[in-house]
Amino acid sequence: MIRLDRVSKVYRAGEVDVRALDRVSLSIQRGEFVAIMGPSGSGKSTMMNILGCLDVPTDGEYQLDGVDVASLDDDQLADIRNQKIGFIFQAYNLLPRNTALANVELPLLYAKVAERRAKARAALAEVDLAARENHHPNQLSGGQQQRVAIARALVTEPAMILADEPTGNLDTASTTEIAELLTRLNRAGRTVVLITHEEEVAAVARRVIRLRDGRIIDDTVIRARVGSPG
Amino acid sequence: MTLQEALLVAVRGLRANRLRSALTILGIMIGVAAVIVLVSLGNGTSAKLNEQIESLGTNLVGVFQSRGNVSQNGRSQPLTDKDVKALQNAGASPRLLSVTPVKQGSAVLEVNNKSWRTSIAGSSTDYLSAFHRKLAAGRFYTDAEIRTSERVVVLSKDPVKKLFGGNNTSALGQQIRIGRQVFEVVGVLADNGQADDLAVMPITAARNYLIGGGGDDEVDTIVVEATSQDTVPATMAKVDRVLMTQHRITDPEQKDFEVRSNLELLEQFTKQSGIFTLFLTTIAAISLLVGGIGIMNIMLVTVTERTREIGIRKAIGARRKAILKQFLIESTVLAGLGGLVGVVVGVGVSLFAGALGPSALGDFPPPVLSPMSVLVAFAVSLAIGLFFGAYPANRAASLRPIEALRYE
Repeated sequence: MIRLDRVSKVYRAGEVDVRALDRVSLSIQRGEFVAIMGPSGSGKSTMMNILGCLDVPTDGEYQLDGVDVASLDDDQLADIRNQKIGFIFQAYNLLPRNTALANVELPLLYAKVAERRAKARAALAEVDLAARENHHPNQLSGGQQQRVAIARALVTEPAMILADEPTGNLDTASTTEIAELLTRLNRAGRTVVLITHEEEVAAVARRVIRLRDGRIIDDTVIRARVGSPG
Repeated sequence: MTLQEALLVAVRGLRANRLRSALTILGIMIGVAAVIVLVSLGNGTSAKLNEQIESLGTNLVGVFQSRGNVSQNGRSQPLTDKDVKALQNAGASPRLLSVTPVKQGSAVLEVNNKSWRTSIAGSSTDYLSAFHRKLAAGRFYTDAEIRTSERVVVLSKDPVKKLFGGNNTSALGQQIRIGRQVFEVVGVLADNGQADDLAVMPITAARNYLIGGGGDDEVDTIVVEATSQDTVPATMAKVDRVLMTQHRITDPEQKDFEVRSNLELLEQFTKQSGIFTLFLTTIAAISLLVGGIGIMNIMLVTVTERTREIGIRKAIGARRKAILKQFLIESTVLAGLGGLVGVVVGVGVSLFAGALGPSALGDFPPPVLSPMSVLVAFAVSLAIGLFFGAYPANRAASLRPIEALRYE
């Protein structure tokens, strides 16, 4: 479903070319829960930008849900992000002036779909925040804000939920809460790609990909989940 | 996103910075209100001018002795009764409704130890119709009185006010001293707001007793009435022809008289008041432009402040156009609100100034509100929102999502 074929990304930094991703090939199936790990400078962020269609590869091919992304223009990329990808950011990235419900509704607004309110309410219910739909982000805790962000990622029923350090700003209790929520979503059949540098967060995934210097150095499938309740 | 939702988003954006939005709105408001008020002041001025000129009559042609040119024999010939006669007998095509000679001067009127210096007009009985005047009391002098150069006089408002306390009936029949002669007041002219300091008498009486050496046949002005406003140019040409023959002048450059019409005056004033209105409108338009620059400035600040929001919106799937639309609507709402308040203030000030009456405005005539200017000013405010919002909105729409998301 997600297929990277010798994808490279080269940035020009002054006189030198920086190869952030170096001929990376990778394939992720529907329903997988993948953690992408690596130290800073390993190409993690570039990977996230390319997987999330925020950026296009310099070289190679990226297929998402049957669409070749490399050749798309800005508006087409926006449509792909809207329909096929649900973003979860480290800084939550909710719109501060909108209520929780309005934030969740936003992707549907750009998708021009009907019954937005009902769908947004259902997504909020899925992250157990139905009671807080009229709260503004600054009236919610960090964990709650991240759950609103997850609801926003879910609401368009995307092909992939792409979480970039989703627990980076959270305390231990909230981290556990978010990790459990992602696990639950994955069990319900959603594809989750998690980018993190925390081993304990990565541990909830069923496949861990390690990056270094723009290349995949390890790709391990964990059959039995550590600490899984069964 | 429907337009209603887009408007809601825009209003929410503007409400987040109330003071800033209010100040920007104020900038446009002042511009729009200034356009409306100044245009209505200009309109009022030209309406008043037109009214004044039209009250003088737009079918009148005046003939004056030329000050510049002299005829071939080196002497400027004055206008005389012979010229008047020639014009009166000039026949048709076009017909001259009336030809009225006027002899002008000034003299002191005295009665009951009060005295007042005023203009004297010696004329024929056509004076009333030629100058569009009416009588307020008494009668006008007659042709018989002209023939016998009777010492009778018709006064206008100001002398009656100064000499008789403004009482028309007590003035009638009174003997007043003008110069060295005693005249009888036979009538009083209704005021017309223009020439109200005046005494009119038979042209023969004026010549014999007051102006000139007596017995001569000179006149200062000949007023010719055309059949209508449309025949004024033809009438002027005809007067020209008759008088050139009369004065034996062949070269038009050598004319020793001038023929002018109120119509020319009207056109000249209309042109001048048009320039005046344009001038006022330009000043107002500049303030509108300044308001527009204010909008652009604020929208640029807003876009920078909301870079992250733009990044989020793009990340979750907003197309370029959606962002462009959002900020264009915001700037247009800003300008439109300014326009709306400006229309209310501008119309309010114009109506209020009109209601106060002329005294409150000094010499300014009451403003005349032009619905067209109100509409145009409001439409221009919307256009300014679009125009000055375009650059900031385009900047927002062109932001790259990765960089915008990283913006702190």
